[in-house]
Amino acid sequence: MRTELEEIFKRHAHAKRDSLIPILQEIQDKMGYLSEEAVVSVGQHLNIATSKIYGVATFYNQFRFEPKGKNHVMVCRGTACHVLGSQTVLEAIENKLKIKAGQTSRDGLFSIEVVACIGACGLAPVLNINGNFHAKVTVEKIDEIIESYRNKEE
Amino acid sequence: MNINIEVNNKLIQAKKGETILTALNREGIHVPTLCYMKDLMPTGACRMCVVEVEKKPNLITACSYPVEEGMKIKTNSPRVVHSRKTIIELLLSNHPDDCLYCERNGNCELQKLSEQYNIRERRISGKKNKYRVDQSSASIFRDPAKCILCGRCIRVCEEIEKVTAIDFVGRGSKTIINSAFNKGLNVSSCVNCGQCIMACPTGALHEISHIDRVEAALNNPEKMVVIQHAPSISVSIAEEFGLKPGADINGVMNAALRKIGFSKVFDTSFSADLTIMEESSELIHRITNNGVLPMFTSCCPGWIKYVEEFRPEFIKNLSTCKSPQQMLGAVIKSYYAEQEKINPENIFSVSIMPCTAKKFECSREEMTNNGIADIDAVLTTRELVKLIKAYGIDINNIEPELADNPLGTRSSAGKIFGNTGGVMEAALRTAYFKLTGEELINYKIDAVRGEESRKEAKIQIGKLEIGVAVVSGLAAADKLLTEIENGRKDIHFIEVMTCPGGCIAGGGQPITHDVKRIKSRIKSLYDIDKTDSIKASHQNPYIKEIYENYLGEPLSHKSHELLHTHYSKRDVLK
Ligand code: SF4
Ligand code: SF4
Ligand code: FES
Ligand code: FES
Repeated sequence: MRTELEEIFKRHAHAKRDSLIPILQEIQDKMGYLSEEAVVSVGQHLNIATSKIYGVATFYNQFRFEPKGKNHVMVCRGTACHVLGSQTVLEAIENKLKIKAGQTSRDGLFSIEVVACIGACGLAPVLNINGNFHAKVTVEKIDEIIESYRNKEE
Repeated sequence: MNINIEVNNKLIQAKKGETILTALNREGIHVPTLCYMKDLMPTGACRMCVVEVEKKPNLITACSYPVEEGMKIKTNSPRVVHSRKTIIELLLSNHPDDCLYCERNGNCELQKLSEQYNIRERRISGKKNKYRVDQSSASIFRDPAKCILCGRCIRVCEEIEKVTAIDFVGRGSKTIINSAFNKGLNVSSCVNCGQCIMACPTGALHEISHIDRVEAALNNPEKMVVIQHAPSISVSIAEEFGLKPGADINGVMNAALRKIGFSKVFDTSFSADLTIMEESSELIHRITNNGVLPMFTSCCPGWIKYVEEFRPEFIKNLSTCKSPQQMLGAVIKSYYAEQEKINPENIFSVSIMPCTAKKFECSREEMTNNGIADIDAVLTTRELVKLIKAYGIDINNIEPELADNPLGTRSSAGKIFGNTGGVMEAALRTAYFKLTGEELINYKIDAVRGEESRKEAKIQIGKLEIGVAVVSGLAAADKLLTEIENGRKDIHFIEVMTCPGGCIAGGGQPITHDVKRIKSRIKSLYDIDKTDSIKASHQNPYIKEIYENYLGEPLSHKSHELLHTHYSKRDVLK
């Protein structure tokens, strides 16, 4: 972890505050999420308080602060999906897994991420779990879909 | 340069470069504000201060918009009033309706605004978010449900204190104010000064109350409950009882505390004198023995935590003296307990402080002696006012009383500790005597008085010239640290207080944004200094007595055991 961070910082050696977002993106790409350690080191590198970095990062949906689960559920919140009820789908998944978007379940099996249009608008509302598309999802189907991934684990 | 603007059909003069709000305020024209705070960067976030300007299509925020020649402003047009009303209604739409149970009932800016704009019903009903309160801190309680996101606490914490423990987290309707990773103030870099509480317009921030534990002790027949009050308390509560702001009601307060049931009333200004005896000796010792310089005062727990977290390389520069609160606590449970033949475990020791950080301080491991805490509970000035009211005590009809000796007599040097510069001035008076054997004839040291965030002076003591500096606000302190780091060597002794203006404007004081009140408190302390006959700590007869009977001399073994401590680097989420 340390060395990966150091490499990123090396690439942004004399970075100023406006490099914050690109640095956070690189870290997330490399490690899948922004750990506390990573945020603290970014703060030291750019001389910004961790509270500020956390504030900025939570402003954007793209950043997560926990590692992804074994099954990563991406819920499309693009316009087409929104019109066809993705908000209620998201809520159903959150209730089912007892976690919010951006979080990972305690057993590490599931995580949820909200994403912008994933280019499958014809199939809206769309879920993408571990690379598999689930089309025209309804609240009623959520149980079945989630359980099918849980069962694969056993 | 002056320019002319027209406000509500009247011509007024404004200064180029200033904001509309500044110009209006000078003319006594009132515009309501929420997110604006004097001396801090305006953000224009709440839009409460909007005014209408001719030829501008949109309403303009007076707090952040500069005046322009010939501007024609309307501060109360129907459009303006309608807009302000809507903002208030929106703020109320997801606000918990529990003013009756709220800490700030009667002293809340949101309450005042809704009264002023005659809001009488809930027209807009918003979704109430569920929030977790943060009560992880030893000093500060945060309730996000009552937060209106004005951002004043964030800016004070960043701009005045350079701590930056909190920020806006999330976005849109889910935005809240929180520490990094929502982890709680206790693991954040928060130094507990409570300046955020002073800034907050609503009941979202207040102290962690110790009233319950004090009452429990008062009702416990096994406990002897004693209390001490800090130098600034007696000049800070008068207005809460309808008396003149800044009036010194020391004697009446002593009497009130006895009526509540405290068996002994001591004065923290006595131990401020004790601090001066120790601290001035430490300074002289460092100067004459090539010790680490400059030396920093250590009375302020906010400052101490800041150094431990952000500037640990300066820990060796901190005086090893405990703060007056902790010194008196230690002396009560040793010297006093032995004298009175009381088991220190049966003493419950309370202090009244203008400060929230003192609650944290009393819980520090370093602040114990053989496993017994020096201080058991800390009440803020605000909590004292509540206690007096709850016990139905009529401040206007009680006779003043003296505090209890041997820990109740002070010099006026100990009293001015409440003001920024006060500790310095008191220390110099005694250092002068110790180094020259003579009393300072002109006891008043003007160079260290005044409310500026930094004051510096060169003081001639006999053959020795001492460079001194006084700073308040941690941003100002940090700046000075950087200068020292970069090689400044002309300063020997530095007083630091976290709260701008000193403890007199501390985070535990009655909440007001009226500078006149703060000024009247400062003046009151200096007036006491003018009229009192004992003006230096070493002249206090009870200080002489405690050294003769118990401590020996300053920096003795006994003093070190009870009155000194040391600090170490602290890891927090910063
Ligand atoms: S906690 Fe108080 S000061 Fe801070 S943003 Fe909320 S309302 Fe404003
Ligand atoms: S300046 Fe005084 S009131 Fe403020 S944190 Fe320090 S000790 Fe407390
Ligand atoms: S909006 Fe969901 S796939 Fe395009
Ligand atoms: S007070 Fe001017 S925008 Fe908030």
